[in-house]
Order: sequence, then C-alpha cells, then structure tokens
Amino acid sequence: MTELRYTDDHEWLRHEDDGTVTIGITEYAQEQLGDIVFVELPETGARVAEGDEACVIESVKSAADIRMPLSGEVVAVNEELADTPETVNADPLGAGWFIRIRPDAPYEPEALLDRTAYDELIGTL
Amino acid sequence: MTEPLHTPLHALHVELGARMAPFAGYSMPIQYRSGIIREHTHTRTGAGLFDVSHMGQLRLAGAGAAAALETLTPADVVGLPDGRQRYALLTNDAGGVRDDFMVARLGEHLLVVVNAACKQDDVEHLYAHIGERCSIEVLDDRALLALQGPAAARVLARLAPETAALGFMQVARMSLAGSECVVSRSGYTGEDGFEISVPADRAESLARDLLGYDEVEPVGLGARDSLRLEAGLCLYGQDLDTSTTPVEAGLTWTVAKSRRAIGARAGGYPGAGVIDRELAAGAARRRVALLPRSRVPLRGGAALHGPDGAIAGQVTSGGFGPTLGAPVAMGYVETGLARAGTMLSAAVRGKTLPVEVAKLPVVPHGYVRGTTG
Repeated sequence: MTELRYTDDHEWLRHEDDGTVTIGITEYAQEQLGDIVFVELPETGARVAEGDEACVIESVKSAADIRMPLSGEVVAVNEELADTPETVNADPLGAGWFIRIRPDAPYEPEALLDRTAYDELIGTL
Repeated sequence: MTEPLHTPLHALHVELGARMAPFAGYSMPIQYRSGIIREHTHTRTGAGLFDVSHMGQLRLAGAGAAAALETLTPADVVGLPDGRQRYALLTNDAGGVRDDFMVARLGEHLLVVVNAACKQDDVEHLYAHIGERCSIEVLDDRALLALQGPAAARVLARLAPETAALGFMQVARMSLAGSECVVSRSGYTGEDGFEISVPADRAESLARDLLGYDEVEPVGLGARDSLRLEAGLCLYGQDLDTSTTPVEAGLTWTVAKSRRAIGARAGGYPGAGVIDRELAAGAARRRVALLPRSRVPLRGGAALHGPDGAIAGQVTSGGFGPTLGAPVAMGYVETGLARAGTMLSAAVRGKTLPVEVAKLPVVPHGYVRGTTG
C-alpha cells in the first residue's frame, strides 16, 4: 500500500499491494458537494475506460459525475454507500472509498499529483 | 459579466463561513458550516434565519393603487384588509405566470415583494402599466430577513411581544431592537415564521441579535430550496413560468372569487379569458408532488412516463428532502395521471425508476392560523 495520489478532478488513488487501485474523492470534493444523499457505482466486473463518468454522486442540490482516472476492470465497489452515502462526507479518504480497479496499464504515480501538488491546486481554487 | 451585488448581510455571511454563490445577480449564502441537511432540519425543529434581501421590495401608494394592481393580477387586492398579506400572481395575456409575489396592505400603502430574478422586469411592467395610476417606489434601502421554524414565534416575541398577536399572513409595522420594521407572519418553508423588512443599515445588527438566541441558526438558500420543495411551494422559473397557468399549477385559490367570470370585479387582468375557461373546463396538466420510489433523486427537466410508457409530464424541481429522508420532487403531469398514488416512471442515466404521484405538500405545513382579522 502506497501513499495517496490525486487528480485535478479531486479524486484520490491508492495503489494496493495486490496491484489494484482504490479510488475515492477528496476531502475538498466532499466539502464542495455538501451533504451526499446517493452514490451510483458501476457493477463489480464492469470495464471502465479513462475519462468515463462511471460514478455519480448526488448531493442535496445537484448531481456530479466522477471521471475515471484510469482504465481497467472494477474488482470491488463500496456496497456500504448504497445505504449510507453520508459516509463519503464523514470519511472520504477511508470508509467513503468508491471503487477498486485492476488497471490495464502499470500504475504510474508520477503522472498524478502528490499531496503537496494537490494542496497547491486547491489552495488556488 | 457584472460582479454580483452584495446584500447588507454579506460581511456577516462571510464571517459565519457561508459558501457564497451568485444567485439572481446577488452573491448569496448557499449554506453555512453545518450544511444543507442540518440547516433544513434545524428550521423544522428550531428556528432558521434566512437572508432574502435579494428579493424586490416595492411600495405602491395612492388611492387607486389596489385597483391598478388588479389590472395585472387575478388576486383580490381591493378587498385586502389593512394588516393582511396575500400570495398573488402576475399573469400574461396567455394566462401564464410572469411572477409570483406577496402583497400586503399597511394603511395607505401596498407593500409588494417579488422574486429577485424577476425584479427588474416586474418594476418595468408595473411602471409601464400602472405607473400613472399610483406611485411605485423600489425600496432598495431595505433588507429582508426570514425567521422560520417552530421556535420563531418564541424568539421574536422576546424582541417584540406584539409579534405573538400576528396570525398567519398578517402584517404590521413594529420596532425590533430599535429598528422600524415591517413584520409579516409568512414564509417559504412550510413552517410557522416571519419575514422582516428592516432598514439596510440596521439589518446586520438585527440579524446578530436574532442569531444570539440559542434556538436560531443561519440557514442558506440550499435548505430554503429543500424546505419549500417538501412544503410544495413553487419556485418561480422552475415550477411556474410564462407557460404555466394558475389552474395547471393548482393555484386557483390565487384567482379571487370576485375576479372570476361572474364576480363583482370579474376579469380585467391579462389572460382572464384563458384562466376563466380553464377554471370551468379544467387544465390538461396539473402540478403534483412526486415521490421517487428509489434512492435516486430526480432533478428538474427529467421526463415522466405513464404506465403505457408514453411521456406523461416533466419534473420541474427535485432533490432530496431531509425531513422525508428520501428524494422528493414536483412537476407537471397529464390530468388523468395526477391522482395521488398513480405510479409513473422516470428515466435517469439510462435506468427506469418508479415515481409515485402524491398530494401537495408532502410535509404538512406548520402555519399558525390567526384568531382575529
């Protein structure tokens, strides 16, 4: 398990020991969205391509799409979110994770933002 | 793009940690630190303080003001007693709705509150059509606060005991914490509460006084929207517009008896012919409450399908109802499918989701009815 990396779409990625990548949204993203009331996730076994809007987050006010940061097969989804979508607000980097993907291409952390770079990004927003 | 305007409470919103966003030309608080769901729930259980200073406040004066305003609305304005307020509609020639507004009589004056987004158009409309029959003054030196919720009356009575005597939709001039205010017992949340017109330079101090009470929390426009949606109240521009008629919208009670076909002051407002025909024959579609029977919120614009799969209507407002703990929406459906309990479906992101038609409002109103007047 490695340190988290980030996208400029406010997702985080974590490279797991088994080669899969866990994806969620950042603290900043959940705060911007406000109270989350529904999360739509793809099915386990589904294929997602980089750029796909494979997850949808519904807050009280609006719906937001989550674009996939990489291509691969969905090997797990966070089933808990079906009944307790507010977990994403409470613990976005932990229990509020979205999906786990087995990426098609080798994971390249250098292509993503590290914490310092991400903090700089949100500091300027 | 022009910079959004600030209300007199702007600095206070920022100090309270509000997330500000442009709305109808103003920078407005969408939510504060506690978030929409907590703010919503607090308004249903305690008291929420809202800044609605973006709305337009107008004063109409002159002996002919009420009769003049009746040429633009099907409401009974001439018969509006002193100290009373009514909800009314500005109509167009097709019987559609140009705006919805509140009108109150205070002595010699009529006080009118219109939607922020329609303010400029409304003022021009009034000047153009009745500007010669009464004086029209835009009160842009006043802020408008709303104190809403079951604890609102208890709180406001501490500042002005006479507020306790106001019944629903009654209005009076009074001094609140040293400021000359106009207070009406009304609101846009479905709860008991008050709207307070206060001089702009006294608004922040009054708001701070109110927020000083334990029962009161600041509430933003996000929760204002979820509260009014549960309460079945229309948002102009979404649930009402120039293509919807009062009959379709289920607002026939805003068409006064005296203004209907055989009334004492029948017609004489834009679209009277269309509205009278619809009152007699019914409209082809009706505004209804919608309860999505899945966890997926429906949003404005989503198409509704009947049991046969054909298009049966459209969602005009939708989101999540924190008091219901479930999604809630409103929209227009064919009259034959408008009965409560009818099951429709909506297509969201390629999935077909069940939606039940329900009676408005889905959360009962908590209004306090007056015993006088």
